[in-house]
Amino acid sequence: MIQLVNIEKQFAGQPVVHPLSLTIEEGEFLTLLGPSGCGKTTILRMIAGFEQPTVGEIFLDGKNVTELPPNKRDLNLVFQHYALFPHMTVEQNIQFGLKMKKIPAAEQKERIAEAIRLTQLTPLAKRYPHQLSGGQQQRVAIARAIANKPRVLLLDEPLGALDLQLRKNLQAELKQLQRSLGITFVYVTHDQEEAMMMSDRIVIMNTGKIEQIGTPKEIYNRPQTLFAATFIGENNVFNEEDGRMFAVRPEKLIPVSDNSRGSKRTGVIQDIVYLGNVHKLVVHLDHEQTSVSICLDFTDEDTWQIGQQIGIDWSDASEVNIGP
Amino acid sequence: MKQKTNPLLSIHSYIVIAFIYLPVLMILIFSFNTSRISSKWEGFTFKWYGSLFSNRYVMDALMNSLTIAITSTIIATVLGTIAAIALRNALKKSKTVLGMLYLPIVVPDIIMGLSLLLLFSQFHFPLGKWTIIIAHVTFSISYVYVIVASRISGMGKQLEEAAQDLGASPWQTFRHITLPAIWPGVLAGAIMAFTLSIDDFMISFFVSGPNSTTLPIYIYGLVKRGISPEINALCTIMIFVSVGLILLAQWLQNKGNRGKKASTLPF
Repeated sequence: MIQLVNIEKQFAGQPVVHPLSLTIEEGEFLTLLGPSGCGKTTILRMIAGFEQPTVGEIFLDGKNVTELPPNKRDLNLVFQHYALFPHMTVEQNIQFGLKMKKIPAAEQKERIAEAIRLTQLTPLAKRYPHQLSGGQQQRVAIARAIANKPRVLLLDEPLGALDLQLRKNLQAELKQLQRSLGITFVYVTHDQEEAMMMSDRIVIMNTGKIEQIGTPKEIYNRPQTLFAATFIGENNVFNEEDGRMFAVRPEKLIPVSDNSRGSKRTGVIQDIVYLGNVHKLVVHLDHEQTSVSICLDFTDEDTWQIGQQIGIDWSDASEVNIGP
Repeated sequence: MKQKTNPLLSIHSYIVIAFIYLPVLMILIFSFNTSRISSKWEGFTFKWYGSLFSNRYVMDALMNSLTIAITSTIIATVLGTIAAIALRNALKKSKTVLGMLYLPIVVPDIIMGLSLLLLFSQFHFPLGKWTIIIAHVTFSISYVYVIVASRISGMGKQLEEAAQDLGASPWQTFRHITLPAIWPGVLAGAIMAFTLSIDDFMISFFVSGPNSTTLPIYIYGLVKRGISPEINALCTIMIFVSVGLILLAQWLQNKGNRGKKASTLPF
């Protein structure tokens, strides 16, 4: 659906996106995930047409769109701060794109009605943006985009300005919407939980480079780089004397209270954290200047104490090699 | 937190206000004076306002002033707005261009007037209404530019990008999104230009010719023969119209700037 071929972006000589290629499949929910300043928004803006790649080409549906202005591209962007037109009602905002494309009035009406229905905005159609809450404004921004029936919907941290509870609800709604519309979503976020929950595939980015591309499961279970291993979920990174580096997830570590039989590592419990459904031991390792986190569920019946000397074990299959 | 203010400070501010408004107040009071001699109060009357409107010279001067003000306002508003839009991105790069646009605001009127007179006579351009209009456009553009540019920089790029993303061409984006957003600024700039034109004496005085006497020039001519209550009446009207227009311009400019720092006019 979308192909980025060897694209690179520099601002005033500073590389923001290093040369990279990426293919986005039709109908998939792809998330660009990374900390702020990693270049994810720049990639989104290049796909939308607001930035030109310094080098490289962008294909949309097999057509080279690198030089095409945003208004000639068959995709829509949902802006981070919604960018609703303040002098237009909800309905007029949604109508705007259809009017610009000179779509017949009868079809305009139909499409507006459908977009309003899909985003549950019916009682708010005649309101102005400043009369709406953040979550409602977000819905209008999405309705305005999908009314154009784009092949691809680009979303730039669309839930970033909302509070946690609302964000959780809208995440589920957006995922649902993407399934029922069947269109390609390219989603930008710095929230790894959000990315894990919604995406078909995740592209992890750091300092303008792609660290890893994969399904949420692949990325969680088989991180390929140190950054990917530590950015997604909690992880423990171990260094071997031969320079080998590997990661073991907290839930894969096994604490051993009787460490007479040589376990893989030993350490002292620093802290015990209860989180309801799980609890965690923070253990300072004996021969390394680092702490590891062990996650235990309800099946753990042992009594652990702060200051207790324990052994730490894991199965070899839980080790995930990182780096070259 | 309330702070105790020295009573001397508040007395001082009353003195300053009195200092500013006393002359205006004098004109206002004496425009209602029955006596022809300005310095003596003899009773309240509206007759000077009446005789003002039946005075052909006053009406001619008023018509000239209005023609010049309306024409120069339209031209200056269009040119100033276009300049503000065109220089929107260039500004960050060129401080020199920005400085040059502010120049007519800081150059003394007498120099503006003199230089324009020199220019017109150099090209043998006959002095009259058109030379005044050109002169007024020259300084009004700067004011319109400053007001509209501040409005544009306040609106950001997101709305226009959203419009483009929804399929609007650059012209459609301007027509449906940019213009409605900056409209209060454009109107405020226009009102400012109109007020400046109506009030201007110095520059008009240099570049006016026969049959192009504006109200301020007419008033100046009258004063040479002594201040009559009619002048007071005329001035009172002009003060109220000007203040009203300035307040309207301020209100328009700050409207929609909710939450942001209210911008002030550059004088």
